[in-house]
Amino acid sequence: MNEVFFQTFWISIKLASLTTIILFCISIPIAYFLTYSTFRLKVVLQAFVSMPLVLPPSVLGFYLLLAFSPNYWFGSFIDQYLGIRLAFSFLGILIGSIIFNLPFMVNSIQNGFSNLPLSLKDASYTLGKSRMTTIFRVLLPNIKPALLTGVCLTFAHTIGEFGVILMIGGNIPGKTRVAALAVYDEVQALNFDMANKYAIFLFLFSFVVLLFIYSVNREFLKWKKF
Amino acid sequence: MEEILIELHVSKKIHTNNGIEVLDVNLKIPKYGLVTLFGKSGVGKTTLLRIIAGLTQPDGGFITVGNEIWYDSIKKINIKPQQRNIGFVFQDYALFPNMTVKEHLLYARPQKETGYISELLDIFHLKGLCNRKPGKLSGGQQQRLAVARALARKPQILLLDEPLSALDSETRNVLQYEIIQAHKNFQATTLLVSHDVNEVLKLSDFVYVIENGKIQKQGKPNDIFDNTKIKTDIQLTGIVLDIQNNTLTVSVDDTITKIITTMDEI
Repeated sequence: MNEVFFQTFWISIKLASLTTIILFCISIPIAYFLTYSTFRLKVVLQAFVSMPLVLPPSVLGFYLLLAFSPNYWFGSFIDQYLGIRLAFSFLGILIGSIIFNLPFMVNSIQNGFSNLPLSLKDASYTLGKSRMTTIFRVLLPNIKPALLTGVCLTFAHTIGEFGVILMIGGNIPGKTRVAALAVYDEVQALNFDMANKYAIFLFLFSFVVLLFIYSVNREFLKWKKF
Repeated sequence: MEEILIELHVSKKIHTNNGIEVLDVNLKIPKYGLVTLFGKSGVGKTTLLRIIAGLTQPDGGFITVGNEIWYDSIKKINIKPQQRNIGFVFQDYALFPNMTVKEHLLYARPQKETGYISELLDIFHLKGLCNRKPGKLSGGQQQRLAVARALARKPQILLLDEPLSALDSETRNVLQYEIIQAHKNFQATTLLVSHDVNEVLKLSDFVYVIENGKIQKQGKPNDIFDNTKIKTDIQLTGIVLDIQNNTLTVSVDDTITKIITTMDEI
């Protein structure tokens, strides 16, 4: 029993870590574009990024399942040419959670960028620094609290993800079954003891993550005041 | 005849308090000059500096600096701000909260030379503050750092956007002197935006007065501002703090002045 318990948590943590790392890398350019671009149609991208916030996870899961299925063009294309089956696989739930958590990471980083005075970017440009140098040496170091918030929210939210993973992962033990799904499963099997174990662990974990964000961000704010 | 460094004629639609106005300006800035753009707030002085820096794109016109064309709407030339050899001091200083004083100057310097950096730290009295971040500097120190950082790149042109407006008058006096010194030492052609007559008279050797989007007057500051002000009486604007016998105690620009007068005048 213990082995299954840890295996399930290991899948949850692996999924959350990979989702967070990948989202961190792709969200920085998206957030940068959404903050600084003067492109008129950027609101369309903004709306797309925020869709998972309002869309029921089952809807997103349903369309992803169709997309991943070998019976449809996208799924059959990657099945045939890359030999990858996304439906009911870990890679599938990873892609699902990246899409589903996009707003948590992008919005946090975007908030950070928009709270910085525009003159910082201009000042760096007038010192002859390229856009890349400006991003890495000036902008990102000054939005550390926003980056941290994005990372922790994404990580914690992926740990607690349910709907999308159930739809596209299929709840396969040892493969796509994560802790949040296990709670549901154990309750269905009237196995309340085990459900409680999973639930308490998830409860404590979420609390510790939030506690960490708030205490570290408080330190950042203190540092900013002086 | 002095050599002209910057020649520009640009136009740009801007939003002012009176609605949309067209800023249409023609400037010639001599090499090593210290020239002021004077005018009320919102007339487009800052926009003009940003256009020279390449941070704002004008609607049309041209900017040439020496033999280089920085902007030309007809030839479709628009050099990036990074490639324009300028130093820009922003009104809010735009210091980087994550960097110490020294890191600011190291970030700004073009090559790996340290001699120049320590010279700048000396001139702007920042040596003892090397490891402090902007949040721990006073307003005056932040302003000094902003100017030092702008000069660290060894710019050909220094653009100052109302750099002293946020400071008290005592600090302002000290820093005005330092700006004059820096201008002499580093020989950067300097363009200053200001709406303070005293500052213009004290600092610059030429002034352009902008009103309603156009240059209304240009000339030496003494000629531009003297016409109404030469009188046999002294004109002072201040707060009367005390009247004793024939002596008025007046606070002018935070400085306490005693003025002897006659009872009729009081």
